Amino acid sequence: MTALLEMRRISKTFPGVKALDDVSLEVREGEIHAICGENGAGKSTLMKVLSGVYPTGSYDGQIVFDGQVVDFRTIRDSEDRGIIIIHQELALVPQLTIAENIFLGNERATRGVIDWPQTFSQTEALLAKVGLRATPGQLVDSLGVGQQQLVEIAKALSKNVRLLILDEPTAALSESDSQALLDLLLELKGQGVTSIIISHKLNEVRRVADNVTVIRDGASISTIDARAGELTEDRIVRDMVGRDMANRYPERERRAGSVVFELKNWNVWHRDHRDRQMIRDLSMTVRAGEVVGIAGLMGSGRTELAMSVFGESWGRGISGQALMHGQPVDLSTVDRAIKAGLAYVTEDRKTLGLILDETIRRNTVLANLDAVATRGVVDEARETDVAEGYRRTLRIRTPSVFQKVMNLSGGNQQKVVLSKWLFTNPEVLILDEPTRGIDVGAKYEIYSIINDLSREGKAVIMISSEMPELLGMCDRIYVMNEGRFVGELEGQQASQEAIMSLIVRE
Amino acid sequence: MEQTERAPGIGIGDYITKHIREYGLLFALIAIMAFFQVVTGGVLLRPVNITNLFLQNSYIIIMALGMLLVIVSGHIDLSVGSVMGFIGALAAVMIVSWGLPVWLAGAACLVAGIAIGAVQGYFVAYWKIPSFIVTLAGMLVFRGLSLWLLAGQSIGPFPNSFQLLSTGFIPDLFGIGRPNGVALALGVAAVLLIVWQGMRTRARNARYGIEDEPFGLFILRNAIVAAALLFVTWKLAWFRGLPNVLLSMVILTVVYVFLTERTTIGRRVYAVGGNAKAAKLSGIRTERLTFLVFVNMGLLAALAGLIFAARLNTATPKAGFAVELDVIAAVFIGGASMSGGVGKIVGAVVGAFIMGVMNNGMSIMGIGIDYQQVIKGLVLLAAVVFDVYNKNREA
Repeated sequence: MTALLEMRRISKTFPGVKALDDVSLEVREGEIHAICGENGAGKSTLMKVLSGVYPTGSYDGQIVFDGQVVDFRTIRDSEDRGIIIIHQELALVPQLTIAENIFLGNERATRGVIDWPQTFSQTEALLAKVGLRATPGQLVDSLGVGQQQLVEIAKALSKNVRLLILDEPTAALSESDSQALLDLLLELKGQGVTSIIISHKLNEVRRVADNVTVIRDGASISTIDARAGELTEDRIVRDMVGRDMANRYPERERRAGSVVFELKNWNVWHRDHRDRQMIRDLSMTVRAGEVVGIAGLMGSGRTELAMSVFGESWGRGISGQALMHGQPVDLSTVDRAIKAGLAYVTEDRKTLGLILDETIRRNTVLANLDAVATRGVVDEARETDVAEGYRRTLRIRTPSVFQKVMNLSGGNQQKVVLSKWLFTNPEVLILDEPTRGIDVGAKYEIYSIINDLSREGKAVIMISSEMPELLGMCDRIYVMNEGRFVGELEGQQASQEAIMSLIVRE
Repeated sequence: MEQTERAPGIGIGDYITKHIREYGLLFALIAIMAFFQVVTGGVLLRPVNITNLFLQNSYIIIMALGMLLVIVSGHIDLSVGSVMGFIGALAAVMIVSWGLPVWLAGAACLVAGIAIGAVQGYFVAYWKIPSFIVTLAGMLVFRGLSLWLLAGQSIGPFPNSFQLLSTGFIPDLFGIGRPNGVALALGVAAVLLIVWQGMRTRARNARYGIEDEPFGLFILRNAIVAAALLFVTWKLAWFRGLPNVLLSMVILTVVYVFLTERTTIGRRVYAVGGNAKAAKLSGIRTERLTFLVFVNMGLLAALAGLIFAARLNTATPKAGFAVELDVIAAVFIGGASMSGGVGKIVGAVVGAFIMGVMNNGMSIMGIGIDYQQVIKGLVLLAAVVFDVYNKNREA
């Protein structure tokens, strides 16, 4: 097989940082090529060089596409050659129809007048090709994330794609949607479409990739050939972090104390659709020093459950009883929930957890400002001490606590969110996808923090879509489906198969 | 809050480039004043004109304090000009037509301002109606109500005690007369206070290893501010002393700087503007805070209405027309962000002065109102373009 794309010795410098240092990448015609690396390793920068976001001249090195040296000055240039990127954040207009989205900027038109019959019939053909059962006139708004992803791919196909690049395509997808997407990639490969997939999920990489290039600290470390049988998750992880990661989860010993938090017959209705019950008659207990997991597919109601408990931040018509140490507590507003001893680390730290434009210090004290203030006046010295303390104990990597949080990496941002909640001194911590979008090394640190907390006697509820993480961390796992707990597994009995079978049995 | 770790041996030039927005604003004000001083042949900085500058702009500055909070919290208030006019009309009806005592009418007007702010804030905060729409409605309603109150006529004049609110001067307790001793003493005291505060902040920053401006720049900046303050008080002292309005303006500014930078309420307003959802999930009562921000705006608009009516010595149906635009422009020139969470009181005040000096200077030069509008618009655009440019360069 010949090389479709060769990126030769690419280097790219930003003021003060060498983002890419002599990176080479070779993608062969008709293969699926995976790029792996920790956050900040340079994967996205490399793709931006390839797609012309960083124009020729702003980097060193050479790009050879289809046997020709190419100089892309804009994204348009690379798209004209059939290189199409689908970003993590989908670039669809929700208020337009599928057909309009697919041909946006590339309309089927004669002299500016759109040919609707042609638009719709071509859309239908494309949707069939990607296996999306929807009508061309449907609004994108009405589709789930997984289906929107398919629309993006259909859009790419409409442009005669030669090289399809997917940046973390399954990050927001459920297990079954992810599988469907990977199947589609394999099918497209059968039709001769070459693709590059950037992913954190090593099991997916192993499933579809023909070759894997690992990038670390802006340099290409290795290219692993799957056909030669060299491809194992351990090998990829080793190359990504530069060391062996025998244990991806720190050791923890079970030491559950008395019951701290209890929910009885919890019911929640949908925020917008009054007739949809999202949480049904749900009961749970958490003990001091225990890490309890909640497993379930996307849309099973895990986040809705957490948010309804935490100050009724989601849903309406909430009924049921919440008990702390056996006593009923009022959780009807967020500040009452905090006072009762609850803390909730949200699933989406950027939009729900942090004020990105503010400093680490200010974010740290946000949920408990009164503790660093006297009669409403903030004591900045005390505030700084608090933030400094968490910076040291949680090992937040930053020059100082006066740094804005938007400048931190995902793992360090998550530690700031944890600091914020630890400073409220909670008894029960609800962690919603605590390691999403965080690289392998930082994940380990977050797990260690969770273990430290449970050793201190805090009760932890951990919601996660990554089953290995739940299995590696939790003493007990509730399995959730369609707003109910459909099973409860002790740490020893739990396995991915046991969890999945509980979900599908329903 | 541009605070990042200080690289070893950072130079003055580098520091200014990093904090170009704050210094740029100060330099812009100085440059604009120098320009008009030259082209008006020295009229701009005559004692009587400096006094006028403060009197003319006091109501804009007072409203800019409230508007900064509104904009930082992620909203906008288009009604302040109309509310200001309405309150002036209300004061005129109560004092001139009904003969109520000045203190009672004044208090009633402030309460009316609070009530107006509360109603608008209620719809914005609890009904989640965009503030643009609520206050656009308020703008029309209160413009109409002032017309109705005044029946299309001007009402005046006010009794002397009311006029003092705006045109009074602080008497010279030392009995020197010219120059006015109290003015000089307060001017010197203000300079000492600013320098002392600056030194304290520096000491604290040093203790916590926060990056601070290079010492040379600190001296230079303080020297410029001190010289400007002393110059202004000297000039004022040779005229009639410190206007009452100037003193209330300074006190209000200090109070709002403290409120925004040091109190939990201030912190929470910035948090709500920076990310309302995150703030809410951190236990901050975002609705109540938004409500209070509008109540505060109503109160300050009422105060501005009283001061404006006292200065004109009459309430006219046209009072406050399009003033909201000057107030909003001042806040944006001062570096606040349309998306909320960013902005400083001092910036808004300097922004208001920039607008004020331009208005005053261009009027002295005899530039027509048509060109004045064009130039002010371009300055606003330039200030915001400069902001965006710097932000992009940072990223």
